[in-house]
Amino acid sequence: MNERSDSASDGSIEVDGAMTLDGNAVAGLLEEIFATDLTAQPCICATCGDRAEAGSLRAFTQAPGVILRCSVCGEVMIRIVQTPDATFLDLRGTASLRLPRPTA
Amino acid sequence: MRAPLAWQIATVTSIRQETATVRSFTFAVPDWQPHLAGQHYDIRLTAADGYQAQRSYSIASEPMRIGEIALTVERIEGGEVSTYFHDVATVGERIEIRGPIGGYFVWEAAMGGPLLLIAGGSGVVPLMSMLRHRAGAGAKIPTALLFSSRRRDDVIYFDELESLRAADPTLHVFHTLTREQPPGWSGYGRRIDRSMLVDVLAAIGGPPRVFVCGPTLLVEAATEGLVGLAVDPSQIRTERFGPTGV
Repeated sequence: MNERSDSASDGSIEVDGAMTLDGNAVAGLLEEIFATDLTAQPCICATCGDRAEAGSLRAFTQAPGVILRCSVCGEVMIRIVQTPDATFLDLRGTASLRLPRPTA
Repeated sequence: MRAPLAWQIATVTSIRQETATVRSFTFAVPDWQPHLAGQHYDIRLTAADGYQAQRSYSIASEPMRIGEIALTVERIEGGEVSTYFHDVATVGERIEIRGPIGGYFVWEAAMGGPLLLIAGGSGVVPLMSMLRHRAGAGAKIPTALLFSSRRRDDVIYFDELESLRAADPTLHVFHTLTREQPPGWSGYGRRIDRSMLVDVLAAIGGPPRVFVCGPTLLVEAATEGLVGLAVDPSQIRTERFGPTGV
């Protein structure tokens, strides 16, 4: 077990329930990055292995960036930070994402 | 696959006051695409100094109003975008939008039911798009809406919901008012609980497809209650909104 999952299991992640959104709230940003709707696509948490649609992940948007956390173990799955000329994407917490291929 | 998601300028064509703090805005959308009920649009405001504020708002209108969409916006004190809509925007206002967005919290008549919709406050907006779509498609899928508001005057779309219900015996509408109930009120007068969920499930029969939209605490109470009543968790889709959704 690594340090990050230790911090989740001892409850040290403090989540203000009233502030919690979900992946639906950042669907536009995700589509901008992945060029397809991600909210209906399954994502697998690298920490606990839970498989869930991105729309159901917990979203935190009040920091200078967007964080998506696993709804089961609470660990960070996706981090997105945008500057005027670039998008920084950290997917360490995601074991896999499904991206549909264009049908055309 | 559709064209890449792009920002475009839409024009406000009408404004309707729904409650004291909620208005619906109809937009003419030049590069319009049909949406699925439950999807949203992103709105971006840019100040003269370049500062930008962006929010997403659920689509209230049914999918087939070609060339236009309606968004219903609640005024949140201190909100950067909702106060602009309520205090500044008038008919003719040009606003930057992109959409339709989202594929998770969506329903179309072909997906079937029975359908259980649970809303808290302005969380009713995407569910109203589903009900308007259902009515427009003539679908007689057994459907129940359980709608939690604070007071009678805060109930968004009250009259339209009454008309939809009166015209369709397969649609059941349950209201609960959590703060104050007017004299003679026949709906519920408390937060969503187990016995309320038992009632709405009984009205539609069969294992339902469920959509819950509202503040996190309502979403979690409703979801936990339904799972406790043996509703399949994989059939429950939720959308939470909070202070950043203003």
